[in-house]
Amino acid sequence: MSTTTLEKPVHITDADFDEAINAGDRPVLVDFWADWCGPCHAIAPALEELATEYGEKLTVAKLNVDENPAKPAAFGIRSIPTLILFRNGQPVQTLVGVQPKSALKAAIDAQLS
Amino acid sequence: MSTIAIYTKDYCGYCARAKALLTAKGVDFNEIDVTNDRALEAEMIERSNRRTVPQVFIDDRHIGGFDDLAALDASGELDPLLSRNVQDTDTDVQHHRLVVLGSGPAGYTAAIYAARAGLEPAVISGLEVGGQLTTTTDVENWPGGDVALQGPDLMERLRAHAERFEATLIQDHVLEVDLSNRPFRLDGDAGVYTADSLIIATGASAKYLGLPSEEMFRGRGVSACATCDGFFYRGKPVVVVGGGNTAVEEALYLANLASHVTLVHRRDSLRAEKILQDRLFKKVEEGAVSILWDHEVDEILGDDTGVTGVRVHGVGSGPTSDLQVDGVFIAIGHAPNTALFDGQLHMEGGYLRVRGGLTGNATETRLSGVFAAGDVADPVYRQAVTSAATGAMAALDAERYLGALQQAVEPSSIKLAA
Repeated sequence: MSTTTLEKPVHITDADFDEAINAGDRPVLVDFWADWCGPCHAIAPALEELATEYGEKLTVAKLNVDENPAKPAAFGIRSIPTLILFRNGQPVQTLVGVQPKSALKAAIDAQLS
Repeated sequence: MSTIAIYTKDYCGYCARAKALLTAKGVDFNEIDVTNDRALEAEMIERSNRRTVPQVFIDDRHIGGFDDLAALDASGELDPLLSRNVQDTDTDVQHHRLVVLGSGPAGYTAAIYAARAGLEPAVISGLEVGGQLTTTTDVENWPGGDVALQGPDLMERLRAHAERFEATLIQDHVLEVDLSNRPFRLDGDAGVYTADSLIIATGASAKYLGLPSEEMFRGRGVSACATCDGFFYRGKPVVVVGGGNTAVEEALYLANLASHVTLVHRRDSLRAEKILQDRLFKKVEEGAVSILWDHEVDEILGDDTGVTGVRVHGVGSGPTSDLQVDGVFIAIGHAPNTALFDGQLHMEGGYLRVRGGLTGNATETRLSGVFAAGDVADPVYRQAVTSAATGAMAALDAERYLGALQQAVEPSSIKLAA
């Protein structure tokens, strides 16, 4: 993975979810979203910026809940957007609803320090 | 704004070097001199787990001593950490003649009118880009609207319309406003803005009941957005709380997804539009919806998996009962987003007060050059179309204000133009 530059959010599915969140020490921010969710569109630009700003220090991943029902159910998600920050495959923080970018950065930075 | 703290002692060369490095970066820092203060020194040791000075913290993140700071600088990681402070040194302040705060119908309409008046407005979108309409479905009362006009589509059209006249659209969330000096200053998550005039169209956000159990299950069964979250309740029973347009619209939307919808309302009649009530009563006849009149929610019930039910009681001292549901949609109204202006502008019940009246300048607040439009200043009508209308009024008021301001600054140029 070290040769990959992660400057954009990656789209993941139920099938490759487990592999995606096990990025070792690198935190993985997963955005559970759907096309029909207005607030999901509202936070999308901030997520793209985070992917660019953090580069290889962070993976930003997007899971479409419409097409991938299994993982949202497994994590008890009943509201979108929900953002879960994973580290070493484990959820370390969950943020529900539209978040200011600063709140996302604070959550990420807490994992990086 | 990020904060930098540096623990130092007298006669500490590395402290001086660390401070010099920070000063060279043009950032402010809080120096905590622990030379003769054992309590402060203990605090430093506890926070940093080190006994030597200096110890640098950026936004509560422990950086370390001078060598650590210099290493971060050398690797290029320090500047991003300090970037928010660098932005604050006024080099990156964006000035606009007119800033519109908010991107609902009031904000975008104000931007369209202001842009056409040549005021070059900037719209700062706020967190909920597009506002309340982005979480609704059918908009049936927008004059001239298409059949099945959708809220998000209408807001996309308004945005595109504002952009067509070259309003600047900024996706940012303002955290602090200073109206005590001119130009007005707005501190956002991503940038700092100044403006000669301001149209406040920050709208209103969904209210919650205020129960601890509601907070606990937010996002795990408690929702204020049926169009966002209804998907998760396909074939499951849900409760909607409220009796206004939003509550009835949410109940109607959910009736097509959920196995059953119970509307819990604390009165014996609905406030919603007649046409919506008729549709709801039809769903009641069909058995998809039932209405629990004169009831209030006591508690949201749940376990590790999320919400499992709702405890309600009859208004007054009515009996308590539990409803087994998977989801609770709160639709008890909206509260104006005015916290930013606390102590700076006049308010009534949380809503901004504007002049009103028949002599123009009806949207002006207590301060000249600061105008308000839409739900943020309207506890009564609160329609997309009334918000758009007051947005247009605010832009016209701002145009007059900025015109007078310019005339005061350059009287000769006005004469020449005449």
